[in-house]
Amino acid sequence: MSGPRRRRDRLGRALRTVVAVVVAVVMVFPLWVMVVTAFADRGTFPRSLKVWPESVTLDNFRRVFAAWPVGTWFVNSLTVTLITTVLGVTVSVVGGYAFAKLRWRGRTPLFWLLLATLMIPTQAILVPQFRLVNGLGLVGTFWAVIVPGAAATFGIFLARQFMLAVPSELLEAARLDGAGPGRVFVSVVLPLCRPLLAVLVLLSLMYQWNDFLWPLVVLRDPALYTLPIGLQFLQGQYSTDHPALMAMTLLSVTPLVLLFLLFQRWFVQGLATTGLR
Amino acid sequence: MSRAARPSAVGRDREGPAFAAPALLLAGTFLVLPMLLAGVYSFTDIAPLSGAVSWVGLQHYATMLADPVFARAVLNTALFTAVTVPGSMALGLALALLMNSVLPARALFRTVVYLPLVISGVAVGLIGTLLFNETTGVLQTLAAALGLPPVSWQSSGPAAFASVVLITLWVRVGFTMIIYLAGLQAVPVELHEAGQVEGAGRWQRFRWITWPLLGPATFFLLVMSVIYSFQVFDTVFVLTGGGPGSATEVLGTYAYDTAFGPARDQGYGAALGLVVFVFTLVFTLLQWRASRTRDEAA
Repeated sequence: MSGPRRRRDRLGRALRTVVAVVVAVVMVFPLWVMVVTAFADRGTFPRSLKVWPESVTLDNFRRVFAAWPVGTWFVNSLTVTLITTVLGVTVSVVGGYAFAKLRWRGRTPLFWLLLATLMIPTQAILVPQFRLVNGLGLVGTFWAVIVPGAAATFGIFLARQFMLAVPSELLEAARLDGAGPGRVFVSVVLPLCRPLLAVLVLLSLMYQWNDFLWPLVVLRDPALYTLPIGLQFLQGQYSTDHPALMAMTLLSVTPLVLLFLLFQRWFVQGLATTGLR
Repeated sequence: MSRAARPSAVGRDREGPAFAAPALLLAGTFLVLPMLLAGVYSFTDIAPLSGAVSWVGLQHYATMLADPVFARAVLNTALFTAVTVPGSMALGLALALLMNSVLPARALFRTVVYLPLVISGVAVGLIGTLLFNETTGVLQTLAAALGLPPVSWQSSGPAAFASVVLITLWVRVGFTMIIYLAGLQAVPVELHEAGQVEGAGRWQRFRWITWPLLGPATFFLLVMSVIYSFQVFDTVFVLTGGGPGSATEVLGTYAYDTAFGPARDQGYGAALGLVVFVFTLVFTLLQWRASRTRDEAA
């Protein structure tokens, strides 16, 4: 019985490998073309476009950097992303703790209200939020992106789910030992939340680095552009100059791709557990 | 909660609100309040420069019903959702089954499928313009090399729509695959072995063991994917800008262009944005009811 069976297994495995290779080629193809184009010679593009590049030049990067403040945009993106992540993750973890481990009046209805805000699309609140942020005098500063960005309901939801599993007995023990509310949170709860923090930080970095619609509305000054807004602006300037555009696209995706390759396990876990519980 | 914890409960009644305050304050100010205001603004005209608000009643909703671009945007959004949601879920499931089986370099294959997920919508749109450009595009060059006829990816409406769908599937399969893989890994191996012993074939085992157990994953993906597709913006905005004509105009791009494009008609823009919200709300409630009836039946 095992003879033909084993042969069929081996055949199936070979077939699956072929399919997987085809899938991988299709998935990588757009990214590979981006990389090749970013280093391609502008004069001979696209005729020179080959699967394997004939020549490699940094001219596309130099050209755009000489004409536009791309370095500033990169730093802007970094600044906005990091500050929003620190604020947003702090708010989420502290809020998640209140909803998971503390008992207070109004906890359940307020949690449902927060949950309901998950349904609000950015497009639906674009106009009122713009008027609000404008009224607060934030338009024309990074705070216009950072402060609303820190209202990350999803993070609170995730944090609560995670902290429900933290044993209440530990917190009680710390309280009986005389630890105050802040002390219990910092010394007992937080150390248990490292996996949660890793997931929250990575998801937030990804979301903020890539965020487009809201920054597009409030960051109108080119000196304040983040990379996605700068990229969209460059699209207008270099509409037919694919090598220049791909050089900048490559620049904008590289940090996240590296982060993903380094911390794939946490990314995947974050994306998978956000829903299945 | 134990009896011994009672005395400190009074003090903790203030502790809870204190810890929840930053989250509630931010969500209240930047989500709940704007959502309520959006309802109000949809009944007003907002002057482009001064921002002065004047009441116009149901005028924007009347405009909407007679607006051919709005009708087109609704149709396109519905079509986009109807194609990308089942498409990305079916592909994601197929890939998850593949990547869950015995395969050399499985981790590498998975990474490759996930990779587009971390790339911004703007970058995806720009990569799309490189691929789908009608004259210099990579796909055109590739088609010529293979002796295939050129496709009017930019000037033909249906082809442009297809380009948006294709690039979206490229990004979304990673997500659906992650969720289905997690679901597959929770399927007990014993069940499959039992099925095998009973003489169930590969397809029968999938149909009667795997697929029912993937129910929660399918449900979650359906909700998340529909919401994502309803609200699509970045990629469409960059890749086609809603064109040619309004062939790829979706509610997201139309609402943005109306409120913050050259027209700067923020009252109408607010009304259009509200439509996106209402669609999302209705769908979520329907799904919620469906899942409750299903859970009760089970």
